[in-house]
This record gives sequence, structure tokens and C-alpha cells, in this order.
Amino acid sequence: MSALRILVPVKRVIDYAVKPRVNKAQTGVETAGVKHSMNPFDELSVEESVRIREKKSAPGGVEDICVISAGPAKSADVLRTAMAMGADRGVHVEVKEGEDLEPLGVAKLLRAAVEKENSNLVILGKQSIDDDAAQTGQMLAGLLGWPQATQASRVVFGEGDKVEVTKEVDGGVETVRAKLPIIITTDLRINEPRYASLPNIMKAKKKPLVKMSLSDLGVANERRLKVIKVTEPPPRQGGGKVEDVDGLVSRLKELGAI
Amino acid sequence: MLFSTATRAALRSVGSLPRSTSAFSSPFSSPSALRRLLSSLAILEQRDGKLNHGSLSAITAAKKLGGSVHGFVAGSSIKPVAEEAAKVEGVEKIIAVDNAAYDKGLPENYAPLLVENIKKGGYTHIIAGHTAFGKSLLPRVAALLDSQQISDITAIENENIFVRPIYAGNAIATVESSDPIKVITIRGTAFPAAEAQGGSAAIEDGVDPNVEISVEWVSEDLAKSDRPDLATAGKVVSGGRGLKSKEDFDKIMLPLADSLGAAVGASRAAVDSGYADNSLQVGQTGKVVAPQLYLAVGISGAIQHLAGMKDSKVIAAINKDGEAPIFQVADVGLVGDLFDKVPELTEKLKSS
Repeated sequence: MSALRILVPVKRVIDYAVKPRVNKAQTGVETAGVKHSMNPFDELSVEESVRIREKKSAPGGVEDICVISAGPAKSADVLRTAMAMGADRGVHVEVKEGEDLEPLGVAKLLRAAVEKENSNLVILGKQSIDDDAAQTGQMLAGLLGWPQATQASRVVFGEGDKVEVTKEVDGGVETVRAKLPIIITTDLRINEPRYASLPNIMKAKKKPLVKMSLSDLGVANERRLKVIKVTEPPPRQGGGKVEDVDGLVSRLKELGAI
Repeated sequence: MLFSTATRAALRSVGSLPRSTSAFSSPFSSPSALRRLLSSLAILEQRDGKLNHGSLSAITAAKKLGGSVHGFVAGSSIKPVAEEAAKVEGVEKIIAVDNAAYDKGLPENYAPLLVENIKKGGYTHIIAGHTAFGKSLLPRVAALLDSQQISDITAIENENIFVRPIYAGNAIATVESSDPIKVITIRGTAFPAAEAQGGSAAIEDGVDPNVEISVEWVSEDLAKSDRPDLATAGKVVSGGRGLKSKEDFDKIMLPLADSLGAAVGASRAAVDSGYADNSLQVGQTGKVVAPQLYLAVGISGAIQHLAGMKDSKVIAAINKDGEAPIFQVADVGLVGDLFDKVPELTEKLKSS
């Protein structure tokens, strides 16, 4: 069994608990002064990688856990967080604020990183909670020609480089088996990510963090989608409350709902 | 070859054609819409030889684009599925590939299969539902075509411009694609499934590249339910953390669902606590629903949950906390203990 060289892409996004506001110019969402953190699905990917090592669940062991993020200078913070959770090192591909990559661009960048780092397992989140595209892992698998196991809730390693993954699908779960190298995207149910402890946060500051540019990886930021406008969704007005069950039933009848 | 000879001739003379000529009856008046002939491929889902009618939403979206609409199905003994799909009005052709290798919809071989058929057909738009199948398959297809996919769209403005929710539905983005082949997943609740009647499409065998499969399908475990499917149900009753246990969830929510003929949903808190199955989760990370009636029971209304249900026609809520955010979006709210109110409601619905 090959030793695992795991690549974990992480994204810095507006914190999941913040309600995003559309900016005045209607060109996007207000990001200045808004709390950002690691995309929640990416925390699951980091956690899973660290657990694979800690639980010695892969017969060949884990040689390396490398986290990578493409984004503005502040993306280094989420890489440090990932290292505090147990990743060995980080790669920061610096992209200017407002020049975000699209999923296809990220997938191309990751393909280059996989080749450079000689990764044989990439664990991504199933989607980022800002763009909600849910594409990058699948695109990367397509570009590399690797098998993909999306929305994973369970990953089990076997002999002979085999990996068995249980995926969340509509109506239940499905299990597939493939050989390394493979792309896995994590679903909420896969694990419960740990909090980085203070000593580990301190240790993470000493772990290697390499800075790169897109051109270092031989990719360009080529955008295919132009954002024409971003608007608030039509507001929903609460219709008020009723006193009792009879009131509820008659109101639902008035509204034609029952 | 991208276009047939006849098409090329038609394209050359497009300037002199009246707008109403059927081949060019695009709903869009811009001249650029006429420059390239629109033709869409709707990816249809099947399971065990049965057409998934929910996937006919892809045809509805394709029809909105204008241009010709073809459907695509693949799997073992695909003929009956293709014949059923051929009855959908407005579909010109069903491309069918009969091969058991595609039964499970594994993207490792299904994506190259689609790419071959997309190239052969010269399609400009590839459309599938934003379902587990579509989400896993289409980005892989898009990458192979070097196209930036547009996910989970809720509206089509024209052949290049699409509307999609971002940030868990807290913002709505309108985006314009510059890719020659648009790869799109659609939000099923925004495009009602086309009805499988009135049409008589031709059925044609697709090309089959027979790509060697790099992944082995092992097993599946699907929740069995006689209730309506959550994603497409007209009424949904959904339970949250307030239900306290799986026993209470079943005891309170299931009779309520049955009294309304509704599907059962759940919040993430209820699913994580083991009260309900994962597949019932409504929200940003679960299913997006937009029924006539959404009744939220013991659900506070976090933004991730609202992302999955706030397009419902009527939202009703029962919660003991009068300050819960769900009441800000609910058309009708009842503050009270769900363990008293819901059984009372169930009784009254049954007797009315």
C-alpha cells in the first residue's frame, strides 16, 4: 500500500454564522470588515486527513498532509488554522482581492499542485458556502482522470491501495470502491472537526508555509462567468401569529395551503 | 461536424428569415441569439429501468432557452425509458445508450460518455438537475469540455445569462457565460418537470465510448418511504431539535405528515441528533424544497435551513420560542409546545 500524500484544498469564506449583505453597487457581497473563516466543509477535509493519520487507518500510513489555498493575503490565516488542526504544511497561492478564481480555475491550479506535490489523495469539501457551486472536486477528478467519491460520509482504506467510500446521495447512501489515487469530497456527516488548541496554534506558526503565484503553478486566472449583478432575494414578510390550533387551520385554509 | 448542411444553409440566410420561423423561434430578440443555433441536451435520470420524472425539469429549462431540445438517457434495457421520455412534448430526439455500465450513473464512465455525445450532437447547452447525480456528474463533464459550469440556476434570462442563488440564498447572482458550451445544473423547484405526454420524439442510439471504469459500485442503502418524495412534494412538514428524540419525531411528525399527505423533512439539528434520516435534511447542505405548504415544527430557522425552504408558497411554523427567526419568514405562526399543538393539529386536520 502506498503511503498517503494528502492534499487538502481549503477556502477562506465569510463565516457561516454571518448573514451576508449585498453591497450598494450590487456587484457582490460586502466583505470588508466581515468575519471570515475556513469553509466548514474544508474543516471536515482537514479533520478527516488528520484522523486517517492518527487512527492509522491507511495500511501504508500518511507521509504528508499539505493544505493549499488560493486567495488574498488573509487566506494564510485559514492555512494556519488547518496546520493547527494537524496538517504538516501549507501552500498559499496568492490571488489579489477581487480576482477570485472560478471553480474550473481552482481545479486547474490543483491539478498542477497535485503533480508538483505528487499527491495520491485529494480531500476537498463538497462545496464552499459562498459560491455554493459544488464543482471543484469533480472538475479536478475529471482533469486528472482519477476516480471521484463525492459527498463522502465514510472513508475506509483497505489493502492494495483500495479505498471504500460511502457517499450521501438523494434518498440514502451509496458505497463505491476505487484504487488510489482518488478525489474525495466531504459531506457534513463525515466527522466532527476539532478545535485547534492554543499550543497547537503556537506550533502551527512554525510549520512551513510556502507562498506562490498562479504563474508559479503555470496557470492563469481565466474567468468564464461575468457577474452582471448581485441582488438581495425578495424579502419574505412574516404574516404574524395566531392564538391557537383552530386559528392556524383557518389561516392555512384562507391561504389555500390546505 | 457541428451542424448539418441544411442547418448551415439556414444559418447563412438567417438575416432574411422572419423571426417566427420555427427553427429560429428563440424567445430572445438579440441578433446574437440567432447567430448560433441553440441546441440543448437535457440529461435525464433513470433508476432500475424507470424514468425519474423529476429529471424532466431539465427539459422545461431547455425549452425556455429555445432552440432544439434533445434528451439523453443511458443504462441497461434503456428502450422503455427512452420511449417514455420521447412522449415529452417539445423534445425532438432522445439519445439513448443501452449499456448496463451506466446503470449506476458513475461519473467516471458516464462523463466521457456524455462528452462524446455532446461533441457528436454539437450541443450549445447541457442541462441536468442539481441532484446528487447531476452534482457529481456535470462538473466532471464541464472540466472535460473546458467549460465553467453554472450550478443550481433558478432562472434563465437568455442563452448566455443565468440567475443563481449564492451565500445560502442570501444573495442572487446574475451571471453571463462566455463558454461556447454551457454546462448547467438547475434547481428542480424553479423549473417544474415537463409532462411526459403529447410528444413523439425520435429515439436514436448514442455513441458509446465504453470507457473502462475506474470505480466499483459496492452497495446502496436507500430510505424506503411510502410518503411523497421530499424534493417534489406539494406539502412538507419538517421537524427540528424541538422534537427531542427519534421516538418523538416519529410519533409527532409522521401522523401529521399523513394527515396532510405531506413529505417529511428535518433540520440539520434533528438529523445530527439522529431523530431523522440524513436524506430528509432540508437546507443549504441538504435538499432545497419549494412546496405549496412548508410546516416547520420545532425549528428555529437558521439561515442554512431557510436556504432550503424560503421559496415555499406558504410557510407555517409551530415553535415554543416566540422570538425564533422562523417567525420572521412564516406566513402563519403558532407559539406553543409542539407536543400539545401538533397532535391537536393532526386530529383537526383528520376530522376536517
